[in-house]
Amino acid sequence: MKQLFGRPQGLTDVLQRYCPGCGHGIVHRIIGDLLVKLDIRERAVGIAPVGCSVFADEYFNCDMIQPPHGRGPAVSTGIKRARPDCFVFSYQGDGDLAAIGTAEIVHAAARNENITIIFINNAIFGMTGGQLAPTTLPGMRSTTSVQGRDIKTQGYPIKVCELLAGLDGPHYLVRTAVNAPKNIIATEKALKTAFVNQLENKGFSMVEILSMCPTNWGLTPIQSKKWIDDTMIKYYPLGEYRNRAKEER
Amino acid sequence: MPQVKILEEVCKGCGLCCDDVCPVNILILANRINSSGYHPAEVTDNTKCTGCGYCFKICPEPAIEVYK
Repeated sequence: MKQLFGRPQGLTDVLQRYCPGCGHGIVHRIIGDLLVKLDIRERAVGIAPVGCSVFADEYFNCDMIQPPHGRGPAVSTGIKRARPDCFVFSYQGDGDLAAIGTAEIVHAAARNENITIIFINNAIFGMTGGQLAPTTLPGMRSTTSVQGRDIKTQGYPIKVCELLAGLDGPHYLVRTAVNAPKNIIATEKALKTAFVNQLENKGFSMVEILSMCPTNWGLTPIQSKKWIDDTMIKYYPLGEYRNRAKEER
Repeated sequence: MPQVKILEEVCKGCGLCCDDVCPVNILILANRINSSGYHPAEVTDNTKCTGCGYCFKICPEPAIEVYK
C-alpha cells in the first residue's frame, strides 16, 4: 500500500501539546510538508514565538530559535543578513506579532527584508488564558472584556494585512484560514508562494492565517470552524493584499 | 482501494474530521477512549473512502494517514 497522505518528514515525532481542535497543528503540518517538498529542511531556520506555539522548536524538524516576545522579524533579519543561504521563517501569533512585536513587523516590512512571516490570528491571547488581544473583534468576549470588546474604551482591532499594505515595502501579503479543506488548500498555496518568494530573493512575504481557538472562545471545535466562517471572515476578509509578482506582470 | 488509518493514540478527539469534511461521511467519534482520555475518530466503512485526503488536511495532529 502506498501512502498518499501522512505525517511529513518536516515534523518530529513529538506529540503536539495543543488543545483539541487548535489550528496551530494544521499550519505546522503544512510548513513541515513544504520544508520537504521544496527541499529546504537542511538549511531552514525557524523562529518560534512566545505563545501557545512556544514549543514549536520541538515540533519542527529543522533548526529553530526562540527569541524574546515579538522579536521574530528582527531576529529573522539578523539571520538572513548574516547567512543569506539559509531559509528563514518566523512563526508568530497575534499577541507576539500584533501586540508586543508591532514595531518589529512594521519595520521589517518597510525594509522589504527577504524573510517569510507566518502570522496565526485567532483573535485572542491563547497561552495566557483568553485575554483581549489587539485582534479581538468588537463585541467579542474575552477574560478581560467580559461584556464584549467595547470600542469606546478598548479601541478597534488591528488588521495587520491592511496595515502593512499601506507600506511600499512588502512583496507579498495574503490572508487565509484553516477552518475548512477549501481554505486549507488556499493556505497551502499561499505558504508555498511565500516560501518560494524568499528562495527567489523577492523580499518580505507574510501569510496571515485565521485559526481556531476552541478553548478560549468557549466553543466546541466544530462550532469554532463555523464561527470563523460566519463572523471572523466578515471582519477579516480573505485574499491577497499585495502581490508584487502580479503587479509587475 | 484508498484506505484511511486513524492513529488512535495520537488523536485528540476534536471531531474536526467528523463534521461535514468527509464527502462520504465515514468518520465518527468512537465510544471508547484512548490512553489520553479522548474519544478517537473511527472509520465506519473503509470501502467507501475516495482518498481525497480532506480528513488528513484538517487534522491538527496529524493523526490520520491515507493509503492507496
